[in-house]
Amino acid sequence: MSLGASVDPNAAGGPAMPGPPGAIPPPASPVGRGAPRTAPIVEIREPLGARLVGAMAAPTLAIFSALLLFGVFVAITGRNPVAVYYQMYRGSFGTWFSFQNTLLRAAPLMLTALATALPLRLGLVVLGGEGSMVIGGLAAAAAAMAARDHGPNGMKLAMLLSGALVGGLWMATAGALRAYRGVNETIATLLLNYIAIALLNHIVEGPLRDPASLNKPSTPPIGDDNMLGNVPGLDVHWGLAWGLFACVAAWVLMNRTTFGFAARMVGGNVRAALLNGLPVGRLFVITTLIGGACAGLAGSIEVAAIHGTANASLVTGYGYTGVLVAFIARGNPLAVIPVAVLLGGIGASGGLLQRVFDLPDATVNVLQGILFICILFSETFNGRAPAFLRRAARSDAKTVAAPEVEMVAPADAKTAVPADAKTAVPAVLGGGG
Amino acid sequence: MKKIRPIVSVLTSFFALATTSALAVAAPGMTVGFIYVGPKTDYGYNQAHAQGAAVIAKLPGIKVREEEMVPETVAVQKTMESMINLDGAKLIFPTSFGYFDPHILKEAGKNKDVTFLHCGGLYTEGKHPTNVGSYFGYIDEAEYVAGVVAGLSTKSNKLGFIAAKPIPQVLRNINSYTLGARSVNPKVTTTVIFTGDWSMPVKEAEAASSLIDQGADVLTAHVDSPKVIVELAERKGVFVTGYHANQSALAPKGYLTGAEWNWGKVYTSYIEMIQAGKPWPHLLRGGLKEGFVKVSPYGKAVSAAAKKKADDAKAKFMAGTMVVYKGPLKDNTGKVVIPAGVEHKQTDIALESMNYLVEGVVGKTQ
Repeated sequence: MSLGASVDPNAAGGPAMPGPPGAIPPPASPVGRGAPRTAPIVEIREPLGARLVGAMAAPTLAIFSALLLFGVFVAITGRNPVAVYYQMYRGSFGTWFSFQNTLLRAAPLMLTALATALPLRLGLVVLGGEGSMVIGGLAAAAAAMAARDHGPNGMKLAMLLSGALVGGLWMATAGALRAYRGVNETIATLLLNYIAIALLNHIVEGPLRDPASLNKPSTPPIGDDNMLGNVPGLDVHWGLAWGLFACVAAWVLMNRTTFGFAARMVGGNVRAALLNGLPVGRLFVITTLIGGACAGLAGSIEVAAIHGTANASLVTGYGYTGVLVAFIARGNPLAVIPVAVLLGGIGASGGLLQRVFDLPDATVNVLQGILFICILFSETFNGRAPAFLRRAARSDAKTVAAPEVEMVAPADAKTAVPADAKTAVPAVLGGGG
Repeated sequence: MKKIRPIVSVLTSFFALATTSALAVAAPGMTVGFIYVGPKTDYGYNQAHAQGAAVIAKLPGIKVREEEMVPETVAVQKTMESMINLDGAKLIFPTSFGYFDPHILKEAGKNKDVTFLHCGGLYTEGKHPTNVGSYFGYIDEAEYVAGVVAGLSTKSNKLGFIAAKPIPQVLRNINSYTLGARSVNPKVTTTVIFTGDWSMPVKEAEAASSLIDQGADVLTAHVDSPKVIVELAERKGVFVTGYHANQSALAPKGYLTGAEWNWGKVYTSYIEMIQAGKPWPHLLRGGLKEGFVKVSPYGKAVSAAAKKKADDAKAKFMAGTMVVYKGPLKDNTGKVVIPAGVEHKQTDIALESMNYLVEGVVGKTQ
């Protein structure tokens, strides 16, 4: 089988194959890991609460350092950082309107982030959320035209299903190329984004163009009655519920099913997974399919809840912001939710910064950049500082297990895969810019 | 991460005590919001609107709040709501064409006491909310005049036009430019390249290079920001005519003239009507005569003869006697698009679904 060959580039590309055997989480033992290694793991495991605090301390600290650095930046431009912080709070979480604004912006990010977060668990760095979203939106608009006679519910269903399906297939192409032809998935998905946008423009300006859309070529409108409404009691469309649901479902899939276990094992060590007879290629394809389906769903929601038609406005950049969300969340689907809300909040407050302080739009990008770098930097401390302290304490007590602990500690936080992913991030930044 | 919010809120409410003075929203008078799809210093579409905003910001009793780089998504709806809820805006100018449907229409339905004035001329009586208005200018008149200058400045008789999309507004500019050039120099052809989208600096530069290589010695553009094209033309030593805003600072040697918006005038008249409590027109249009558009001051390279011909054409527009589109007019495939004896005045609605390129244009609408 060509699998072995196609898998090799990953092994070479991911320099941080986490200390292979040790990084596989404890449940790996039944699959054939030696029992002796489990002993130190159990020994250093802390209670859940403590681990949670440990896992959140670093990002929280990172966010505060980022805000502090951003304050310095703002001060250099001659504005009062405290006033800027206040306006940011006011624009993102400070009023009920602002908070809904934040949630509305977070909704598509949750879905597009999953497009990157899920493959990340297999060690695939995928940047194709944008393309899947665009093509999913186009498919939804086309489905709406085809399902015209099936009533509002039939149309909504057709839009959501076809958006997810086409978005999924779009990204699964890259997954399949990776699995069976060894094509680098990062480049492939990035290029597929451009193809998707070109395809959107071509179809919207050609075959599916509504003749009435003169100066803004669009597909025929789907009609107000057939659009997705708001979540009751909120001024936020149903996309938010879909986003939350997808994140939870993805977490269950990745952390509570054999499929997810197999996927994480592939992410931890492809060769070990192959040796254990896991269908690595199929896992690549299925996971990219699911990830793409999430982004495609985001696209169909854009059409069904906001635009009511497909046109060039579908190219929003949500796919790329989703990559950012996925990496900050370290590929954890549940962590995607708060991170998406955080970035949604930054987006929501950006306008106010421009209007009140006359800061340029790029200010928000500066903050996002600082935030990203701080969080990446904090990763170097993640798990390590406590391990270091523990080792110090241990060497005081003259314990022997020290070297073993050093290697096992990251696995303790159940982040075998993101440990791999986080080292890949600078490469992503450098290449994707 | 759930911990962050409470902490942030505690901190910020603490800061809030110290900073309430900085936040006093809107002194008496009217807050006017401007929303741009791109950067307001783009030497193009957005800068033209920002210049208009700057004009009304000087009027007494007017406070302007601006936001740039707002995409044509739900983000613009939220920006409008944010301007209404947090800044107290009563009048909003969402300037990008793509903001209208569905975004402005939706917000106008939700906020009946706020006026939304949109650039693009899409308002339809009876179909759209009454707190919405739209305005646009016949900028192809200024393009015609610029075409006259280009036609008399070219030595190769080849003009190059870099355009975003083959939509009626753009086709009309290309056609008027070409008709203007050919009215004084029938040998002129205009080669058009469509880049596919409104802001594609790399493709625009490639198209400009390619046109220069094909022998074009006057370039112009209809994209959101002609900046790279103007700069490239200057570097390569060819002439250029501008669009949207005045780009002469980018090409002091080669900038001949340009078709510019004059939104300051339009915005001022709206504000005057609204402040006086008078009804404002839902559909407002104008060209050179009404002062909606203007022609950039001629550059150094423009000959006296070209200036004269251009001024003549401009005078006819100012007098309202100029008819650009009159039969017999053929498209560039040889088909007669306006039969002999038929005239379409500037205000003729038939011109707004233009789908052809006139004779003398090298390029395709599809």
